[in-house]
Amino acid sequence: MLRVDITKQLGEFSLAASFTSEGRVTGLFGASGSGKTSLINTVAGLVRPDRGTIVIDGETVDDTAAGIHVPTYRRRIGYVFQDARLFPHLDIRQNLDYGRRMNGLTEDPAQHKRVVDLLDIGTLLDRRPGKLSGGERQRVALGRALLSKPRLLLLDEPLGALDESRKLEILPYLVRLRDEAGVPMVYVSHDAAELRQLATQIVMLRRGQVTAFGGVKVLTGGA
Amino acid sequence: MFEISPTEWTAILLSLRVAVIATLVATPFGVALAWLLARRDFWGKSLLDAAVHLPLVLPPVVTGYLLLLTFGKRGLVGGWLADHLGIVFAFRWTGAALACGVMSFPLLVRPIRLSIEAVDRRLEQAAETLGAAPWRVFATVTLPLALPGVLAGMVLGFAKAIGEFGATITFVSNIPGETQTISSAIYSLIQTPDGDTAAARLVIISIVLAVGALVAAEVFARRATARLHGQ
Repeated sequence: MLRVDITKQLGEFSLAASFTSEGRVTGLFGASGSGKTSLINTVAGLVRPDRGTIVIDGETVDDTAAGIHVPTYRRRIGYVFQDARLFPHLDIRQNLDYGRRMNGLTEDPAQHKRVVDLLDIGTLLDRRPGKLSGGERQRVALGRALLSKPRLLLLDEPLGALDESRKLEILPYLVRLRDEAGVPMVYVSHDAAELRQLATQIVMLRRGQVTAFGGVKVLTGGA
Repeated sequence: MFEISPTEWTAILLSLRVAVIATLVATPFGVALAWLLARRDFWGKSLLDAAVHLPLVLPPVVTGYLLLLTFGKRGLVGGWLADHLGIVFAFRWTGAALACGVMSFPLLVRPIRLSIEAVDRRLEQAAETLGAAPWRVFATVTLPLALPGVLAGMVLGFAKAIGEFGATITFVSNIPGETQTISSAIYSLIQTPDGDTAAARLVIISIVLAVGALVAAEVFARRATARLHGQ
Protein backbone atom coordinates (compact mmCIF):
# COMPACT_ATOMS: atom_id res chain seq x y z
CA MET A 1 0.00 0.00 0.00
CA LEU A 2 1.15 3.51 -0.78
CA ARG A 3 -0.23 6.64 0.79
CA VAL A 4 0.92 10.04 -0.40
CA ASP A 5 -0.18 13.44 0.82
CA ILE A 6 2.45 16.05 0.09
CA THR A 7 3.16 19.51 -1.21
CA LYS A 8 6.41 20.67 -2.71
CA GLN A 9 7.45 23.97 -4.24
CA LEU A 10 10.07 23.60 -6.98
CA GLY A 11 10.86 27.06 -8.26
CA GLU A 12 7.76 28.32 -10.05
CA PHE A 13 6.20 24.88 -10.03
CA SER A 14 4.08 23.70 -7.15
CA LEU A 15 3.27 20.07 -6.62
CA ALA A 16 0.37 18.99 -4.44
CA ALA A 17 -0.61 15.35 -4.49
CA SER A 18 -2.80 13.26 -2.28
CA PHE A 19 -3.82 9.69 -3.00
CA THR A 20 -3.87 6.22 -1.51
CA SER A 21 -3.24 3.24 -3.70
CA GLU A 22 -3.76 -0.42 -2.95
CA GLY A 23 -3.31 -1.46 -6.54
CA ARG A 24 -0.61 -3.73 -7.87
CA VAL A 25 0.38 -1.12 -10.44
CA THR A 26 -0.36 2.52 -9.75
CA GLY A 27 -0.05 4.49 -12.95
CA LEU A 28 1.01 8.12 -12.66
CA PHE A 29 -0.34 9.66 -15.82
CA GLY A 30 0.19 13.15 -17.16
CA ALA A 31 1.83 15.26 -19.83
CA SER A 32 5.48 16.21 -19.50
CA GLY A 33 5.84 18.94 -16.91
CA SER A 34 2.84 17.72 -14.94
CA GLY A 35 5.05 16.74 -12.00
CA LYS A 36 5.10 12.96 -12.43
CA THR A 37 8.86 12.61 -12.00
CA SER A 38 8.97 15.05 -9.07
CA LEU A 39 6.21 13.03 -7.41
CA ILE A 40 7.92 9.66 -7.90
CA ASN A 41 11.22 11.16 -6.74
CA THR A 42 9.47 12.33 -3.59
CA VAL A 43 8.23 8.79 -3.00
CA ALA A 44 11.81 7.59 -3.55
CA GLY A 45 13.12 10.10 -1.01
CA LEU A 46 15.28 11.86 -3.60
CA VAL A 47 13.09 14.96 -3.17
CA ARG A 48 12.07 16.05 0.30
CA PRO A 49 8.47 17.33 0.58
CA ASP A 50 7.78 20.76 2.05
CA ARG A 51 4.80 19.41 3.89
CA GLY A 52 2.97 16.14 4.25
CA THR A 53 3.35 12.41 4.70
CA ILE A 54 4.33 9.39 2.66
CA VAL A 55 3.60 5.88 3.89
CA ILE A 56 5.04 2.86 2.10
CA ASP A 57 3.81 -0.58 3.10
CA GLY A 58 2.75 0.67 6.54
CA GLU A 59 6.01 2.51 7.26
CA THR A 60 5.94 6.30 7.46
CA VAL A 61 8.94 7.36 5.37
CA ASP A 62 8.06 11.06 5.33
CA ASP A 63 6.20 13.07 7.92
CA THR A 64 7.21 16.71 7.95
CA ALA A 65 5.18 17.44 11.09
CA ALA A 66 7.05 14.75 13.01
CA GLY A 67 10.38 15.57 11.33
CA ILE A 68 10.61 12.15 9.69
CA HIS A 69 12.53 11.77 6.43
CA VAL A 70 13.87 8.29 5.82
CA PRO A 71 16.81 8.57 3.40
CA THR A 72 16.44 6.89 0.02
CA TYR A 73 18.87 4.08 0.77
CA ARG A 74 16.80 2.93 3.76
CA ARG A 75 13.41 3.00 2.00
CA ARG A 76 13.78 -0.46 0.47
CA ILE A 77 12.43 0.68 -2.84
CA GLY A 78 13.50 -0.26 -6.34
CA TYR A 79 13.77 2.45 -8.94
CA VAL A 80 13.95 1.93 -12.71
CA PHE A 81 14.93 5.14 -14.46
CA GLN A 82 14.20 6.12 -18.03
CA ASP A 83 17.94 5.92 -18.72
CA ALA A 84 18.83 2.54 -17.25
CA ARG A 85 21.77 3.91 -15.20
CA LEU A 86 23.66 0.64 -15.08
CA PHE A 87 27.05 0.92 -13.44
CA PRO A 88 29.53 1.07 -16.33
CA HIS A 89 32.46 -0.28 -14.30
CA LEU A 90 30.59 -3.46 -13.33
CA ASP A 91 29.50 -6.32 -15.55
CA ILE A 92 25.85 -7.33 -15.73
CA ARG A 93 26.17 -10.02 -13.08
CA GLN A 94 27.69 -7.50 -10.64
CA ASN A 95 25.07 -4.89 -11.54
CA LEU A 96 22.32 -7.39 -10.74
CA ASP A 97 23.98 -8.32 -7.46
CA TYR A 98 24.56 -4.72 -6.34
CA GLY A 99 21.32 -4.18 -4.40
CA ARG A 100 21.64 -7.49 -2.58
CA ARG A 101 25.15 -6.60 -1.44
CA MET A 102 24.21 -3.08 -0.35
CA ASN A 103 21.22 -4.33 1.63
CA GLY A 104 23.25 -7.10 3.23
CA LEU A 105 20.83 -9.77 1.99
CA THR A 106 21.94 -13.39 1.79
CA GLU A 107 22.38 -14.89 -1.65
CA ASP A 108 19.20 -16.30 -3.10
CA PRO A 109 20.07 -18.33 -6.21
CA ALA A 110 16.45 -19.36 -6.76
CA GLN A 111 15.25 -15.77 -6.80
CA HIS A 112 18.21 -14.78 -8.97
CA LYS A 113 17.32 -17.48 -11.48
CA ARG A 114 13.63 -16.52 -11.45
CA VAL A 115 14.38 -12.89 -12.21
CA VAL A 116 17.02 -13.70 -14.84
CA ASP A 117 14.61 -16.10 -16.56
CA LEU A 118 11.67 -13.73 -16.28
CA LEU A 119 13.65 -11.01 -18.05
CA ASP A 120 15.64 -13.28 -20.41
CA ILE A 121 18.95 -11.77 -19.44
CA GLY A 122 20.84 -15.01 -18.80
CA THR A 123 23.05 -14.58 -21.86
CA LEU A 124 24.09 -11.06 -20.87
CA LEU A 125 25.56 -11.78 -17.45
CA ASP A 126 29.24 -11.54 -18.37
CA ARG A 127 28.91 -8.48 -20.56
CA ARG A 128 29.49 -4.82 -19.79
CA PRO A 129 26.59 -2.31 -19.92
CA GLY A 130 28.34 -0.44 -22.75
CA LYS A 131 27.86 -3.44 -25.03
CA LEU A 132 24.11 -3.76 -24.51
CA SER A 133 21.22 -2.45 -26.58
CA GLY A 134 18.77 0.01 -25.03
CA GLY A 135 16.14 -2.67 -24.50
CA GLU A 136 18.62 -5.08 -22.93
CA ARG A 137 19.87 -2.37 -20.61
CA GLN A 138 16.35 -1.61 -19.46
CA ARG A 139 15.66 -5.29 -18.75
CA VAL A 140 18.84 -5.50 -16.69
CA ALA A 141 17.82 -2.33 -14.82
CA LEU A 142 14.49 -4.00 -14.01
CA GLY A 143 16.28 -7.10 -12.78
CA ARG A 144 18.72 -5.08 -10.73
CA ALA A 145 15.89 -3.23 -8.98
CA LEU A 146 13.92 -6.45 -8.36
CA LEU A 147 16.88 -8.32 -6.91
CA SER A 148 17.31 -5.72 -4.18
CA LYS A 149 13.99 -7.16 -2.91
CA PRO A 150 12.12 -3.87 -2.75
CA ARG A 151 8.71 -3.51 -1.14
CA LEU A 152 7.77 -1.00 -3.83
CA LEU A 153 9.07 -0.73 -7.38
CA LEU A 154 9.14 2.73 -8.95
CA LEU A 155 9.36 2.99 -12.73
CA ASP A 156 9.84 6.39 -14.34
CA GLU A 157 8.95 6.12 -18.04
CA PRO A 158 11.02 2.94 -18.36
CA LEU A 159 10.10 2.72 -22.05
CA GLY A 160 10.52 6.44 -22.70
CA ALA A 161 13.98 6.21 -24.23
CA LEU A 162 13.12 3.28 -26.50
CA ASP A 163 11.76 3.29 -30.02
CA GLU A 164 8.39 1.74 -30.84
CA SER A 165 9.61 -1.78 -31.63
CA ARG A 166 11.78 -1.88 -28.50
CA LYS A 167 8.79 -0.81 -26.44
CA LEU A 168 6.81 -3.73 -27.76
CA GLU A 169 9.76 -5.94 -26.86
CA ILE A 170 9.81 -4.80 -23.20
CA LEU A 171 6.09 -4.43 -22.51
CA PRO A 172 5.42 -8.20 -22.17
CA TYR A 173 8.18 -8.40 -19.54
CA LEU A 174 6.50 -5.66 -17.55
CA VAL A 175 3.18 -7.51 -17.72
CA ARG A 176 4.89 -10.67 -16.49
CA LEU A 177 6.56 -8.67 -13.76
CA ARG A 178 3.21 -7.35 -12.61
CA ASP A 179 1.63 -10.79 -12.60
CA GLU A 180 4.52 -12.87 -11.26
CA ALA A 181 6.93 -10.78 -9.21
CA GLY A 182 4.45 -9.81 -6.52
CA VAL A 183 5.98 -6.38 -5.92
CA PRO A 184 3.63 -3.39 -6.04
CA MET A 185 4.66 -0.84 -8.63
CA VAL A 186 4.30 2.84 -9.34
CA TYR A 187 4.51 3.34 -13.07
CA VAL A 188 5.04 6.82 -14.53
CA SER A 189 4.02 7.38 -18.12
CA HIS A 190 2.56 9.95 -20.49
CA ASP A 191 1.33 7.12 -22.73
CA ALA A 192 -2.28 6.16 -22.03
CA ALA A 193 -2.02 2.97 -24.11
CA GLU A 194 0.92 1.75 -22.05
CA LEU A 195 -0.92 2.36 -18.79
CA ARG A 196 -4.09 0.70 -20.06
CA GLN A 197 -2.06 -2.49 -20.51
CA LEU A 198 -0.22 -2.32 -17.21
CA ALA A 199 -1.87 -0.24 -14.55
CA THR A 200 -4.54 -1.33 -12.11
CA GLN A 201 -5.08 2.17 -10.75
CA ILE A 202 -4.49 5.58 -12.22
CA VAL A 203 -3.42 8.85 -10.64
CA MET A 204 -3.87 11.61 -13.18
CA LEU A 205 -1.66 14.66 -12.80
CA ARG A 206 -1.97 18.05 -14.38
CA ARG A 207 0.25 21.02 -13.58
CA GLY A 208 1.25 19.52 -10.27
CA GLN A 209 -2.28 18.66 -9.12
CA VAL A 210 -4.10 15.34 -9.01
CA THR A 211 -7.06 15.78 -11.34
CA ALA A 212 -8.43 12.25 -11.29
CA PHE A 213 -7.94 9.02 -9.40
CA GLY A 214 -9.44 5.62 -9.98
CA GLY A 215 -9.44 2.58 -12.24
CA VAL A 216 -7.96 2.47 -15.72
CA LYS A 217 -11.24 3.82 -17.09
CA VAL A 218 -10.33 7.36 -15.94
CA LEU A 219 -7.86 7.37 -18.82
CA THR A 220 -10.69 7.45 -21.35
CA GLY A 221 -11.74 10.83 -19.99
CA GLY A 222 -8.61 12.32 -21.58
CA ALA A 223 -5.99 14.39 -19.80
CA MET B 1 79.52 9.54 -18.30
CA PHE B 2 76.99 6.85 -17.37
CA GLU B 3 78.70 5.66 -14.20
CA ILE B 4 76.45 6.77 -11.37
CA SER B 5 78.42 7.51 -8.19
CA PRO B 6 77.31 6.37 -4.72
CA THR B 7 76.47 9.97 -3.73
CA GLU B 8 74.26 10.30 -6.75
CA TRP B 9 72.58 6.97 -6.02
CA THR B 10 71.90 8.15 -2.50
CA ALA B 11 70.26 11.29 -3.82
CA ILE B 12 68.19 9.34 -6.37
CA LEU B 13 66.99 6.79 -3.83
CA LEU B 14 66.24 9.51 -1.30
CA SER B 15 64.24 11.44 -3.89
CA LEU B 16 62.25 8.31 -4.73
CA ARG B 17 61.59 7.55 -1.08
CA VAL B 18 60.57 11.13 -0.32
CA ALA B 19 58.28 11.33 -3.35
CA VAL B 20 56.68 7.91 -2.76
CA ILE B 21 55.94 8.64 0.91
CA ALA B 22 54.75 12.17 0.14
CA THR B 23 52.37 10.88 -2.54
CA LEU B 24 51.02 7.96 -0.52
CA VAL B 25 50.36 10.08 2.57
CA ALA B 26 48.89 12.97 0.59
CA THR B 27 46.54 10.85 -1.54
CA PRO B 28 43.83 10.07 1.07
CA PHE B 29 43.74 13.75 2.05
CA GLY B 30 43.69 14.69 -1.62
CA VAL B 31 40.76 12.36 -2.36
CA ALA B 32 38.78 13.62 0.63
CA LEU B 33 39.40 17.24 -0.30
CA ALA B 34 38.68 16.66 -3.99
CA TRP B 35 35.38 15.04 -3.05
CA LEU B 36 34.46 17.97 -0.79
CA LEU B 37 35.26 20.48 -3.52
CA ALA B 38 33.49 18.46 -6.21
CA ARG B 39 30.38 17.37 -4.37
CA ARG B 40 29.64 19.60 -1.40
CA ASP B 41 28.65 23.20 -0.94
CA PHE B 42 29.73 24.78 2.29
CA TRP B 43 30.75 28.10 3.74
CA GLY B 44 34.35 28.99 2.87
CA LYS B 45 34.58 26.61 -0.07
CA SER B 46 36.31 29.13 -2.36
CA LEU B 47 38.66 29.99 0.47
CA LEU B 48 39.59 26.34 0.89
CA ASP B 49 39.98 25.99 -2.87
CA ALA B 50 42.35 28.96 -2.89
CA ALA B 51 44.32 27.58 0.06
CA VAL B 52 44.85 24.28 -1.77
CA HIS B 53 46.29 26.13 -4.74
CA LEU B 54 48.48 28.40 -2.62
CA PRO B 55 51.67 26.32 -2.89
CA LEU B 56 51.33 26.56 -6.67
CA VAL B 57 51.47 30.36 -6.69
CA LEU B 58 53.54 31.22 -3.62
CA PRO B 59 57.31 31.41 -4.08
CA PRO B 60 58.52 27.96 -2.95
CA VAL B 61 60.96 29.60 -0.59
CA VAL B 62 58.01 31.21 1.17
CA THR B 63 56.21 27.88 1.52
CA GLY B 64 59.45 26.36 2.82
CA TYR B 65 59.89 29.15 5.35
CA LEU B 66 56.26 28.85 6.50
CA LEU B 67 56.80 25.11 6.93
CA LEU B 68 59.91 25.85 8.97
CA LEU B 69 57.97 28.25 11.19
CA THR B 70 55.13 25.76 11.64
CA PHE B 71 56.85 22.37 11.64
CA GLY B 72 60.35 23.36 12.79
CA LYS B 73 61.54 22.20 16.22
CA ARG B 74 60.24 25.39 17.82
CA GLY B 75 57.28 25.66 15.50
CA LEU B 76 53.74 25.52 16.80
CA VAL B 77 52.92 22.13 15.32
CA GLY B 78 56.49 20.84 15.05
CA GLY B 79 57.19 21.37 18.74
CA TRP B 80 54.03 19.57 19.78
CA LEU B 81 54.67 16.64 17.42
CA ALA B 82 58.25 16.26 18.64
CA ASP B 83 57.22 16.37 22.33
CA HIS B 84 54.17 14.16 22.14
CA LEU B 85 54.65 11.79 19.21
CA GLY B 86 58.39 11.94 18.67
CA ILE B 87 57.93 12.97 15.05
CA VAL B 88 60.61 15.40 13.89
CA PHE B 89 60.53 17.09 10.51
CA ALA B 90 63.29 19.68 10.75
CA PHE B 91 66.40 18.69 8.78
CA ARG B 92 65.16 15.13 8.31
CA TRP B 93 64.02 13.29 5.19
CA THR B 94 60.52 13.26 6.70
CA GLY B 95 60.61 17.05 6.47
CA ALA B 96 61.57 16.76 2.80
CA ALA B 97 58.59 14.46 2.30
CA LEU B 98 56.32 16.97 4.06
CA ALA B 99 57.60 19.83 1.90
CA CYS B 100 57.18 17.75 -1.28
CA GLY B 101 53.71 16.63 -0.20
CA VAL B 102 52.57 20.20 0.39
CA MET B 103 54.10 21.49 -2.83
CA SER B 104 52.63 18.70 -4.97
CA PHE B 105 49.20 18.77 -3.29
CA PRO B 106 47.49 21.14 -5.78
CA LEU B 107 48.65 18.96 -8.69
CA LEU B 108 47.44 15.84 -6.90
CA VAL B 109 44.00 17.24 -6.05
CA ARG B 110 43.10 18.74 -9.41
CA PRO B 111 42.80 15.59 -11.58
CA ILE B 112 41.00 13.78 -8.75
CA ARG B 113 38.52 16.61 -8.41
CA LEU B 114 37.90 16.72 -12.15
CA SER B 115 37.36 12.97 -12.33
CA ILE B 116 34.94 13.02 -9.39
CA GLU B 117 33.04 15.87 -11.03
CA ALA B 118 32.86 13.79 -14.20
CA VAL B 119 31.15 10.87 -12.42
CA ASP B 120 27.49 10.88 -13.39
CA ARG B 121 25.49 11.84 -10.32
CA ARG B 122 22.56 9.89 -11.68
CA LEU B 123 24.61 6.73 -11.15
CA GLU B 124 25.18 7.73 -7.52
CA GLN B 125 21.44 8.29 -7.21
CA ALA B 126 20.76 4.85 -8.68
CA ALA B 127 23.14 3.32 -6.15
CA GLU B 128 21.25 5.06 -3.36
CA THR B 129 17.90 3.67 -4.52
CA LEU B 130 19.50 0.21 -4.42
CA GLY B 131 20.23 0.62 -0.73
CA ALA B 132 23.75 2.04 -0.67
CA ALA B 133 24.48 4.45 2.19
CA PRO B 134 26.40 7.60 1.16
CA TRP B 135 29.86 6.28 2.07
CA ARG B 136 29.16 3.05 0.19
CA VAL B 137 27.98 5.02 -2.84
CA PHE B 138 31.37 6.72 -2.69
CA ALA B 139 33.30 3.47 -2.23
CA THR B 140 31.45 1.38 -4.83
CA VAL B 141 30.51 3.91 -7.52
CA THR B 142 32.22 7.30 -7.24
CA LEU B 143 35.72 6.15 -6.35
CA PRO B 144 35.98 3.25 -8.84
CA LEU B 145 34.76 5.48 -11.65
CA ALA B 146 37.17 8.24 -10.59
CA LEU B 147 40.06 5.83 -10.02
CA PRO B 148 41.98 6.60 -13.23
CA GLY B 149 41.84 10.28 -12.25
CA VAL B 150 43.10 9.41 -8.79
CA LEU B 151 46.01 7.52 -10.33
CA ALA B 152 46.70 10.40 -12.73
CA GLY B 153 46.74 12.80 -9.77
CA MET B 154 49.12 10.53 -7.89
CA VAL B 155 51.48 10.33 -10.87
CA LEU B 156 51.49 14.10 -11.35
CA GLY B 157 51.94 14.68 -7.63
CA PHE B 158 54.78 12.17 -7.61
CA ALA B 159 56.49 13.88 -10.54
CA LYS B 160 56.22 17.25 -8.81
CA ALA B 161 57.41 15.79 -5.50
CA ILE B 162 60.48 14.18 -7.02
CA GLY B 163 61.59 17.47 -8.54
CA GLU B 164 60.71 19.81 -5.68
CA PHE B 165 63.55 22.09 -4.72
CA GLY B 166 62.80 25.51 -3.24
CA ALA B 167 60.57 24.60 -0.31
CA THR B 168 62.59 21.51 0.52
CA ILE B 169 65.98 23.21 0.68
CA THR B 170 64.51 26.09 2.70
CA PHE B 171 62.79 23.81 5.18
CA VAL B 172 65.26 20.93 5.61
CA SER B 173 68.46 22.23 3.96
CA ASN B 174 70.72 20.14 1.73
CA ILE B 175 72.27 17.35 3.80
CA PRO B 176 73.71 14.47 1.75
CA GLY B 177 72.10 11.18 2.76
CA GLU B 178 69.36 12.85 4.77
CA THR B 179 67.73 15.66 2.83
CA GLN B 180 69.75 15.93 -0.38
CA THR B 181 67.33 15.01 -3.14
CA ILE B 182 68.15 14.90 -6.86
CA SER B 183 67.36 18.59 -7.22
CA SER B 184 69.49 19.70 -4.28
CA ALA B 185 72.28 17.41 -5.48
CA ILE B 186 72.19 19.05 -8.92
CA TYR B 187 72.25 22.43 -7.24
CA SER B 188 75.35 21.47 -5.23
CA LEU B 189 77.05 19.84 -8.20
CA ILE B 190 76.77 22.81 -10.51
CA GLN B 191 78.39 24.95 -7.87
CA THR B 192 81.27 22.51 -7.58
CA PRO B 193 84.21 22.58 -10.03
CA ASP B 194 84.13 19.42 -12.22
CA GLY B 195 80.59 18.69 -11.11
CA ASP B 196 79.15 19.21 -14.60
CA THR B 197 79.12 15.58 -15.77
CA ALA B 198 77.53 14.36 -12.58
CA ALA B 199 74.99 17.17 -12.75
CA ALA B 200 74.22 16.26 -16.36
CA ARG B 201 73.55 12.65 -15.36
CA LEU B 202 71.11 13.72 -12.68
CA VAL B 203 69.48 16.19 -15.05
CA ILE B 204 68.88 13.38 -17.56
CA ILE B 205 67.47 11.16 -14.82
CA SER B 206 65.11 13.98 -13.75
CA ILE B 207 63.89 14.45 -17.30
CA VAL B 208 63.28 10.73 -17.74
CA LEU B 209 61.32 10.54 -14.48
CA ALA B 210 59.22 13.61 -15.29
CA VAL B 211 58.40 12.57 -18.86
CA GLY B 212 57.66 9.03 -17.72
CA ALA B 213 55.19 10.42 -15.17
CA LEU B 214 53.46 12.58 -17.77
CA VAL B 215 53.10 9.63 -20.13
CA ALA B 216 51.70 7.51 -17.30
CA ALA B 217 49.23 10.27 -16.38
CA GLU B 218 48.06 10.44 -19.99
CA VAL B 219 47.57 6.68 -20.17
CA PHE B 220 45.46 6.77 -16.99
CA ALA B 221 43.40 9.64 -18.38
CA ARG B 222 42.59 7.62 -21.51
CA ARG B 223 41.63 4.61 -19.45
CA ALA B 224 39.36 6.90 -17.43
CA THR B 225 37.46 7.87 -20.53
CA ALA B 226 37.11 4.28 -21.69
CA ARG B 227 35.91 3.22 -18.26
CA LEU B 228 33.25 5.93 -18.06
CA HIS B 229 31.89 4.74 -21.36
CA GLY B 230 31.48 1.21 -20.10
CA GLN B 231 33.93 -0.45 -22.47
